[in-house]
Formats: sequence, structure tokens, C-alpha cells
Amino acid sequence: MTNHWVDIKNADLILIMGGNAAEAHPCGFKWAIEAKKHRGAKLVVVDPRFTRSAAVADFYAPIRTGSDIAFLGGVINYLLSNNKFNAEYVRYYTNATYLINESYSFADGMFSGFDEAKHSYANDSWQYQKGPDGAPYMDPEMQYPKCVLQLLKQHYSSYTPEMVESVTGTPKEDFLNIAEMIGECSKPDKVMTILYALGWTQHSVGSQMIRTMAIIQLLLGNIGMAGGGINALRGHANVQGITDMNLFGANLPGYLASPSDKEPNLQAFLAAKTPKPVRMAQMNYWVNYPKFMVSLLKAFYGPNATAENNFGYDWMPKITGAQDVLALFEQMHQGKLNGFFCQGFNPLASVSHKAKIGQALAKLKYLVVMDPLATETSEFWKAHGEYNDVKPEEVQTEVFRLPANLFAEQEGSFTNSGRVIQWRWAGQNAPGEGKGDMEIMALLFTKLKAMYADGSGAYAEPIQKLHWPYRIPTSPSPEEVAKEVSGYAMADVLDPKDPTKILAKAGEQLAGFALLRDDGSTACGNWIYAGSWSQAGNLMARRDNSDPSGLGQTLNWGFAWPANRRILYNRASCDVSGKPWDASRTVIKWNGKAWVGNDIPDIRADTPPSESVGPFIMNPEGVARLFAIQGMKEGPFPVHYEPFESPLEANPFFPNNAKARNNPAARVFKGDGDNFGKAADFPHVATTYRLVEHFHYWTKHSVLNAITQPEQFVEIGESLAKEAGIGHGDKVRVSSKRGHIEAVAVVTKRIRSLQIDGKLVHTVGIPLHWGFKGVTRPGYLANTLTPYVGDANTQTPEFKSFLVKIEKA
Amino acid sequence: MSQTMTRRQFFKVTAGGFAGAGLGALGLTPEALQAATRPFKLERTSEARNICPYCSVSCGVLMYSIGDKAKNVEASIIHIEGDPDNPVNRGTLCPKGAGLLEMIHSENRLKFPEVREAGSSEWKRISWDEAITRIATHMKADRDANFKTTNEAGVTVNHWPTVGFLASSAASNEAGYISHKVLRGLGVIGIDTQARI
Ligand code: SF4
Repeated sequence: MTNHWVDIKNADLILIMGGNAAEAHPCGFKWAIEAKKHRGAKLVVVDPRFTRSAAVADFYAPIRTGSDIAFLGGVINYLLSNNKFNAEYVRYYTNATYLINESYSFADGMFSGFDEAKHSYANDSWQYQKGPDGAPYMDPEMQYPKCVLQLLKQHYSSYTPEMVESVTGTPKEDFLNIAEMIGECSKPDKVMTILYALGWTQHSVGSQMIRTMAIIQLLLGNIGMAGGGINALRGHANVQGITDMNLFGANLPGYLASPSDKEPNLQAFLAAKTPKPVRMAQMNYWVNYPKFMVSLLKAFYGPNATAENNFGYDWMPKITGAQDVLALFEQMHQGKLNGFFCQGFNPLASVSHKAKIGQALAKLKYLVVMDPLATETSEFWKAHGEYNDVKPEEVQTEVFRLPANLFAEQEGSFTNSGRVIQWRWAGQNAPGEGKGDMEIMALLFTKLKAMYADGSGAYAEPIQKLHWPYRIPTSPSPEEVAKEVSGYAMADVLDPKDPTKILAKAGEQLAGFALLRDDGSTACGNWIYAGSWSQAGNLMARRDNSDPSGLGQTLNWGFAWPANRRILYNRASCDVSGKPWDASRTVIKWNGKAWVGNDIPDIRADTPPSESVGPFIMNPEGVARLFAIQGMKEGPFPVHYEPFESPLEANPFFPNNAKARNNPAARVFKGDGDNFGKAADFPHVATTYRLVEHFHYWTKHSVLNAITQPEQFVEIGESLAKEAGIGHGDKVRVSSKRGHIEAVAVVTKRIRSLQIDGKLVHTVGIPLHWGFKGVTRPGYLANTLTPYVGDANTQTPEFKSFLVKIEKA
Repeated sequence: MSQTMTRRQFFKVTAGGFAGAGLGALGLTPEALQAATRPFKLERTSEARNICPYCSVSCGVLMYSIGDKAKNVEASIIHIEGDPDNPVNRGTLCPKGAGLLEMIHSENRLKFPEVREAGSSEWKRISWDEAITRIATHMKADRDANFKTTNEAGVTVNHWPTVGFLASSAASNEAGYISHKVLRGLGVIGIDTQARI
């Protein structure tokens, strides 16, 4: 979330799309109700199902799963054609005025630069036109045909209300009604927020769905505003924190890149990662990259990291190729992995295509599961009747299962979706011999360190050099680690303007990332968490919930990253002169001398508006990118592509170009393509989702939740029920190209059948909470059905749109 | 952090529907609650503040346990409710979070390290020491056999390509950081987390 949970109450219009907050995030959703009750805000829900969010909405419209870009592209077209955008915001805070290379083009569904053999784009034509001094050319009037605003207009001109209806199934009047409500929020004193979740991320074009919405929010001038922003409601309680710690092969903590085989030394790495300034006067925050990286290396390798050895850069493993979960299971399936660890992660249930996952796990030599619960993954080798039909004697994997503790038995911090880090205390010990994740990792590490102590074996150096200063080496304490993550001075940190001044003495906790250095004098495990444990103590444990502004900012509750800022890009909540767009919702303002107000300014506090420093300080040009010059695999503007399993033969926008049916840049592994079903055999669209009574595959182990939703079911609309001869309560079999499940049918008015491109399309709803372990009745894992393909950028699997058939069991 | 609840606070709690049901399940009959002729059960409990581990609203919770933290006394949580001070949930919990107590006392909690030998159809209980030694032995053998210091082009890579690790998104930030530090320290590159999914 660029904003935070309580801030939802400041919105005038709340759009829920690609999510169902009322059931998936119930206690956060009440802030939407608060906005409705106390601000008179309107709630709009667009979803394939009439969800409980829809039940309390002011307006609901159905949509075909997977077609959100067509809908949102239609909104962009509406806003631009009807002059419903905040022109000043767009002109000064986005790249709308920038000119794009003459060689850039988009034709018949494809951008310039496509390499068909590699299924990927070269993005050199997607760049700014630049003058001899390297500064981009701009057209402040936004009229030149190659300027971003005109390209945007052109790009979405075919997303007419008629086309939206035909592709998404949303009736044209419903679409126009919503577009009009959204258009109202282009007024400076009207703000829309968008709440989305996995209903957007879990598509082969998921990242671009989110980007389409971001473009809308930028056109409306709603990013940086109280009550606005782009708000991803993350899945798990600490998914935000673990993302920040970047447990991804390709990243290091704090969204730094992992070194790869393309950067043989620290200098090459820093040169490649540190952006060059494009415009004068911009803050360009990432110029501090070397400080963040060297401080991380110091946290990892401590005194062993010196300027002479490039701060231990060589010890850091260099990645080669993709390391996402789909790539890992593909490697495992090919027999290329020998060992695998699942820490609080149940991939047999939660990665797409269960059969493939099970086959892959059976090729391992050893599997280690660390979990508080008996997961399906830990018993992938065990026969559980029709739900897991395997022969244990044929599975040669050695499986270890280690009991881990649960939240109630842990101390340490969690980061909520609004980036607020909060400290937690334990109330009991884990039952039996259970241990914390940190202790388990430390036990394994100290054991291996001892085994490598005699110098035998492969490259023992980094294991011996890893900084391990914890009082009990086999069990680091949460406090010790939190302090390391926040950062401390290893030598006196001097003021660059006056080296006689010491800003932090050696050994002291650092107040924030501004104190980080690239000379080895500071250690910081995660620069965005810098200052969360300062000399003043553990700021994450603060519990002062006072809210003097009434906006719900509670600046003394916990600690929000970065720098305790609650609303990101809040400089954009003011016009160019530094005056709030809406004074009644002041986040910050320029008082003639400094930026002050109800949040930590997202700009240097003493930078006057006259210096024209842009509000989007993470981009070197200081403005937000309507046109993405880099970072998106399938193009600088979002395009509607069909899901990999679609009821349509062709993309209705590009009916004659088979290459543009699906995301051209998506990665499909050999063999998985043959496992995609066709509409002729699997005519119905299916989507997976959560119920309000359950959380993933966890709460089926809790008897109270099991009582409230004991048995697996699927939902179908009345017209499909009639067509297939299925009655309410019948046992049905739902099959995809990859397998089948059986469940009770719930026949409901909540799922409508839609007219898509001239044909009637039915949707099958598949709640995902059952499995063969738990205290509910046993059920099938829903991912038995889902396809093995992900979003081209994030590789998040396409759980939300696929094809099935349904019959009476 | 022990706290004595007043009756007023108590009735506020039971008014919360599900929280009330949870108390009822603990053997507190409604009559006994209303009469309040005997000391309230939470009176002798310790309170700890935590966060619901399910969705990312991250509702604050108060957990009440019996058994103080004295040596040889095992604390056990007997009641969980929303934290009224938390600015986001303000004391509420949803139907998922209402079952937290039953979650921590689930019969499916793992209690001991176990191994399933290759080809076997059963679990076998082992000690922590045996589990860690056997796992570390597997890791070292694989790492020693497959660790790569340079790639085909001669570039230093120093990685261990034959192992993968999926990290928990229910772990604390500190546990996530330590996992990351250990994994890179060993040369692991095949790392992913639930966050992607
Ligand atoms: S109680 Fe419900 S809304 Fe609150 S964090 Fe838990 S699952 Fe989310």
C-alpha cells in the first residue's frame, strides 16, 4: 500500500477490484465502511462474483476474470476523451510531457523490439528522446504526437465502451456509470482509493493490471493524497515484511539487486545499479545505492568486510537465471535440485499444478519442512486416497519435518500492508519440542560452520566469514537481529560537511538511512528499516495511538518504512507551489521555510518548491512513469491479452494476430504449454478465491474455523447449473487439463454468466481452503486444476483465470 | 504485563460474539459469567500483545496465558481477543482470527522432529540433534559436490545451484533476515517466498 489501512477512511470513492476486502481482509475493510458512513464516500465493486464487498457497495458490476486491463483501459480512454484528469498534476508529476523515441511503435498487439525466438522485448526504442546534454525533450503543452500523453491517448483509443462490454462482459451502462464516478475524482478535492489483492497479481498480465490502475490514479492526481494511492492488500500477515527482507533469489534485503554473473566485482555491480541523473535538481534517491549495499555487506560480513576485499563482495553468491518458485520447481522436475527446504510454505498446495509439484518433490534426495503444522507438502509421498494418490515405496526422497513455532510463541516484528512495523511478544512456548524459525536456521548454520571448520569441503570461506556476533550463536535474539537490521555505526560516522562533527559514535544505533556510508563505517541489514531501532530504542514497539490530525496517521504507533512515513509520495499531495490540493486533507505543506504537516515529508524538508524537485524521488527523473521506459517485460503501456486458458480463440483487440492472443513475454516451460486446455474441451472459465471463514491452508487445522466451513464446495451460477443439469448440493467433478477435484455444488445468483465476444461464458468459482490434512473434512487441493504459467514480470502463477468443465460426480 | 480485567472490560469482550463463543467453549457458562460470583478466569493470567498471523491487516491481539513465566512453569494461552488500542483493528477480529486459540492448540501442531526414510510409508520421531546432524550432512555433501566457484566464462559466481529454499511469510522480519543471511552465507541462490504467490 502506498497509503495505509486507516487512511481508507479519507477516501471519497473506494474501488474494490481484483480483491474482496470484506471477506479476505475483514477488519481492514471496516475503514471503507467508515468512509461511507462518515464521509459519504461511495463504494464500487467490480468482480466476477457478487461478493460480500459487493453486497455493501453502492454500485456493483460483473466482469469476466482476466479482462481487467480491457476495463481499466476503457476508463483511461474515458478520462482522456472527457478531459477528466488533473492537468497540473499530470504535467508536473508524471512523464506525460516527455517525448519518446521516434522508433517506438505499437502495432497489432505488439510493441517495437520483440524477439520472437526469446519471447522477450529489447526496450531500447521505449526510451526518452534526449538532447545532446542527455536531458529528455519535453512538450509542456502535451500536444506533440510523440509525447507520452498523446501516445497514451492513442494507445487506449480502441478501448471504447462497446469494446469493454464485448471483452469483459460488463454491461456498457454499468461501465460508463463507474467511469463517470471515477472521473469525478479528477477534481483536486475528490480522492479515489483502489483496494486490490491477489485478484490482480495472480494473472499472466497481473503486473500490468496494477499498472493500468496506477496510470488512472496518476491521471486523477490521487497518488500521494490522503484517501488515495495504490493499495495492494497483501496476502499474509507478514508478506510485506518478508518481501522487504527480499527472500527472493534475485534480491537482497531492501530491494537491492542480488549480484549476478554479469557483475564480476563490486565496482561493476554498483556502476550497473546506481542510476545516473537524467534531469538536474532531482533527488534520485537510488544514487545512494553504494551506501545501502556496502552497509548490507558490513552487516553480513562484519569486520571481515573491508575496502581491500571489496567488503566481501566475492563471498556473496552470484545468481544465474531465474530463481522464482515456478523456475525452481521446473529445475526440480528436471532433476536438477537435490535438496529443498520449505519454511512455513506449503508448495504442494500453494504452487500451481499439484501433479507437477508432487512429481518434482519425488525427484529430490532430501526435503526439509519447517512448519508449525502437518502440511500436505510434508506428506506428498503418503497415500491419502483419491486426494493424494501416490505409492510411498516409489518415492525415494528422505523427508525431515521440523516443528516450528507459531505467532503466539514468537517475539519480533511484523510489517502490515500499510508498511507499519509492529513488535510482538510471545505468550507461551511452542508445544513439545517446537523451535522458532530463527533458532532452526541458526542451528543449521552453526552446525555447518563447525563441519567446515577444518577447511575441508567446497569454499568454506564465506561460511567462516559470515558475521555471527549473537550472544547465543545457536539462537540469536529478536532484539539483536532487529538492531542489526536497523543499522549501527561500526566506526564514528562523520558529518560530510564538517568532519570534526561526529553524527553517530561507533557502536551506536543509527537514526536513519541518511547516516549510511559506503566507506565501511556503518552496518545496516535493510536500509528501508533504518532507524526502526535507533538510540531512542525500539520504535517498532511504540504504542501511542494518538491521532492529532484526525487523518489516522498515528505517527507514534510502531514505525513505518521508510523513515516512519505513512503516505508515500506525499509531496504530490500539494500543487507545484506547495499548497495542498485539498486543505481539509493536508498531509504535508510548504510553510515558506520547510515542509511541515501530518506526515514525514517525502522530500528533503528544506527544499523549496521553486527548486522543482519532483515528488517521485525513486525515479531519476523525479516524476511517475505513465510510460514505463524500463521495468516491464511486455511493454511500456499495459495491453489486454487473454489469459493462457481463455474461452476465446483470439484476442478481440487483435483478432488476426495469434502472437498477441496471450502475453507475448510470458514464460512457458517446455511441456507446460501442452498442458493448457482448450475451450472446446473445457468450456467454462474458473477462478479461485478465499472465504471469510478461512485463511489459506492454515485454518483448516483450527477446529473453530473447520466448524464454520467444514466441507469443500464450488459455486456456479443458475444458468450453468441448468445447462449442466446440476442441482444445489449435488456432488460435482470439476476438471481442467491437469486434473480434477470433486466438491459439493453451490448454485447461486452471485455468479452471473456473461456475453463475451458474442458468446455466453459461464464462471465456476473455486474456494481454495481444503486439502488432505486438517480437521475439516478432507478435500482436494484446488491447485490440482491451475496452470503452470505466471505473470511475465513477477512469475506469480495464473490462479485466477483458467478453463474447466463441470459434471455431476 | 499482567493485567486484571474489570467487569466492564469483560462484558465488552463477550459482546464481541465470537470472542464470547470462545469463552463459552472454555467452560464458562453464560449464567456463571453474568452472575460473576466467582473470580473471573482471566484474573490470574498474563497478557501478551501479538498480531494475528493471517491476513495483512495484521490485527493486534491480546493473548492471555495461565502459568507465569517462572522457571519450570509452562505458560499456556487460554484466551485471545482483539487489541482495542491497535489503531487498525480497534479490538475487532474477523471470523478467521476468531479461531486463533484453536489454531495454536490444534491437534495437527508438530511437536517433535521426524523423518520419513526413503521409500518408507511412516514417520519416525528423532531428536533435534539427529535431525540437524542428518540435514547438515546432506547439505554439506551436496554443497561439496556441486558448489560452483566460477562459471563457464570464468566469472566468479561462488554459488550452490542444486538446492532451493522457500521462505515463510509468517515468520518475523528478524527470522526472515536471519534466513536470508544464512542462505547467502552458504551460497544459496534458489530462494523464493510465499510473497510471490
Ligand atoms: S483477524 Fe481477520 S482481518 Fe484481522 S489480521 Fe486476522 S485474518 Fe486479518
